[in-house]
Amino acid sequence: MITKRIIPCLDIKDGRVVKGTNFKGLNDVSSPIELARLYSDSLADELVFYDITASYEGRQLFTDILTKVASEIFIPLTVGGGINTVEDFDRVLKCGADKVSVNSGAIKNPSLIKEAAHKYGDQCVVLSVDIKRVDGAFHVFAKGGREDTGIEAINWIKQGVANGAGEIVVNSIDTDGVKQGFDIELLKLVCDAVNVPVIASGGAGNIQHFIDLFKEIPDIDAGLAASIFHFGEVAIPDLKKELKNNNIIVRL
Amino acid sequence: MIAIIDYGVGNLFSLISSFEKIGAEIVVTADPQVISSADGIILPGVGAFSDAAKKLRDSGLDKVIIEQAKSGKKLMGICLGMQMLFEKSFEYGVHNGLGLLKGNIVPMKDKIPKNLKIPHIGWNALHFTCESNLFKYINPNDCVYFVHSFYATDCDDSVIATAEYGKELTAAVQKDNIIGCQFHPEKSGEVGLNILRAFCEME
Repeated sequence: MITKRIIPCLDIKDGRVVKGTNFKGLNDVSSPIELARLYSDSLADELVFYDITASYEGRQLFTDILTKVASEIFIPLTVGGGINTVEDFDRVLKCGADKVSVNSGAIKNPSLIKEAAHKYGDQCVVLSVDIKRVDGAFHVFAKGGREDTGIEAINWIKQGVANGAGEIVVNSIDTDGVKQGFDIELLKLVCDAVNVPVIASGGAGNIQHFIDLFKEIPDIDAGLAASIFHFGEVAIPDLKKELKNNNIIVRL
Repeated sequence: MIAIIDYGVGNLFSLISSFEKIGAEIVVTADPQVISSADGIILPGVGAFSDAAKKLRDSGLDKVIIEQAKSGKKLMGICLGMQMLFEKSFEYGVHNGLGLLKGNIVPMKDKIPKNLKIPHIGWNALHFTCESNLFKYINPNDCVYFVHSFYATDCDDSVIATAEYGKELTAAVQKDNIIGCQFHPEKSGEVGLNILRAFCEME
């Protein structure tokens, strides 16, 4: 059977890995290449690199880092951040990315997913969505979680899949950084709505949270986290062993 | 020297890097003479079968690959490159492959339980169905990385490994010097590198 994936996410700014709490107040953690190597050696199934730099120089630094990572780490790499055009897809795929994640870019340019899926295939296009509860409804947020677009999240995701998104990353702003577990309610809704892989993000604080995720939502494909891995609070080999002990199929 | 065939299908970055990592000498080429003088051939590929088959035919590389494979040179097709080794594909129509291996490429849809997602994407365990020197550095149930929506069928005489996804899907094939991997060894960590290493060491 296909294994459940564990995915560390590396937010990169000015060539360094950072991680915020509730997307604000960033801390410098470590070198992206060192960290990527460590994760690959410790059985991470995939890596996500998120470019949170705005400047041209920062962007150049990011692609240099990506190229270096892709030349020595042989697991799937997903790249996101600042992906607004098909040319942006091209830029990161040339550096060795396997999948490209779009977020605000798809909100600004609704045809981006369709164009990219047509050119590179559905499997290459990941729709990443920042979601927050607003008056009892799930809203899509833009600009790194700062701006309420008013768009209803489940419909937005369904539409993205219809346009060719081959995978969905669901970031719950409500649970992100709080370390009280993944947003099971929201993730269940997304899994019921689409038939492409769904990656859970936001809220993991310990190993039990991953066990709960995979037990409560058998259709979820992967769990993504950042700080608990970066700060060594959860070691991926320990996490995978515990998942296996709980009859969840993982790569060991 | 291993020739990686460059026929404008997909991104070769990871494939090139992985051969460099294991210290293999490679050349990325579409030149028939270079391909003919190489010790082995890699046929990569992602995307649509019909596009890739057309590109191979239009460039005349199909004939070069067939001739080299029939002369006994080791050849490995990866992902879509593996699917191209077979007779026919039923991916959006009917298209001819290189016909080096017996069998056809068919959609997973309707052949696997409806609750399973398509494409088959992620890490899955290899089940060896017969012995192969391709696996000399890896173990049964080692996981490799798959991304595909179509699979090879009617190819019992060449299957060397399967992966379970609602049913046992063809994961790797070999008929003498002709080899195919449905998964991506260049994205399968140490296990994948060890498969490429074994290929490089084959006579």
